[in-house]
Amino acid sequence: MSETAQMIEQRREHEAAEKTVFGFWVYLMTDCVLFAGLFAVFSVLRHNTYGGPNGHQLFDLPYTLGETFALLTSSFTCGLAMLAAQRRSKRAVLFWLGVTFLLGLTFLGMELNEFHGLIRAGDSWRRSGFLSSFFVLVGTHGLHITFGLLWMAVLGVYTWKKGLTDSIRKRLTLLSLFWHFLDVIWIFIFTIVYLYGSLNV
Amino acid sequence: MSNVTVADHDEILHLTYGKYVLGFVGSVILTLGAYLLATHGTSSKTVLAVFLAVFAIAQFVVQMVLFLHVTEERGTHWRLIVMSMMLLVVIILVFGSLWIMNNLNYRMMRSPKLMQQYLKSQSVL
Repeated sequence: MSETAQMIEQRREHEAAEKTVFGFWVYLMTDCVLFAGLFAVFSVLRHNTYGGPNGHQLFDLPYTLGETFALLTSSFTCGLAMLAAQRRSKRAVLFWLGVTFLLGLTFLGMELNEFHGLIRAGDSWRRSGFLSSFFVLVGTHGLHITFGLLWMAVLGVYTWKKGLTDSIRKRLTLLSLFWHFLDVIWIFIFTIVYLYGSLNV
Repeated sequence: MSNVTVADHDEILHLTYGKYVLGFVGSVILTLGAYLLATHGTSSKTVLAVFLAVFAIAQFVVQMVLFLHVTEERGTHWRLIVMSMMLLVVIILVFGSLWIMNNLNYRMMRSPKLMQQYLKSQSVL
């Protein structure tokens, strides 16, 4: 009987974890709506350069492609960390989480470098409506990446200290969803901001 | 109490190595394809823009299914319902804004004198 009670308890905990993951999924979808608002603003203001440079003149596509691959690869290695958690290998989880963190940091560094170059050249958010909307859209994504990295660092320490308990694995699942989600948003930033910008459409 | 089974449902999501590799390779191909199309494409800009949108949507689907596990067997319909709602809001927000603002631009692109006449002709007063 106590075994059955234990099974019921486990089952209940598992269902609670599933609800948490679904709740997080709902949050991600509402975050999409936030980005949709910023995409709408950017799409409307794309041509309002106020005599300043447009995307075609400003963006360095090979550089952006490098950023894209850094983030995409980090999304993949985050998945590998989740697979390692599934087979309960703490060392592999920490290793892949570390790789993901470094790739995410590379992405963030490249983005900040791009922003720095633009601002130094006098093309900051104050230059035109196009650049204001560009900085808000790409900057909001970068802010999400920053918080994701903070979260990843904290969770890495927790995993290292406490091991792969049920609670830690649940949090790893949420983090991986968040991280994959940020890569999904980046697909559209890459296409709409950079590729459309370079085509000048 | 024989209907209580735990062992099979220990994991919150059922992950496989193959899904992640497939998702990664697919995303790399779609990203490179879109990039080469934008840098070396020779068709008209409109055609290229449409193709780039198709590539982006394809990559969105690939990553949603293989990385974000939308179609996992448990709770699929709930995730799909929330995602459909999100897509609806996104489409209304983005395309609605573009439609309205382009329409406004179209109507405002007149000389002040013509604009006055136009406003008078549109006025119901």
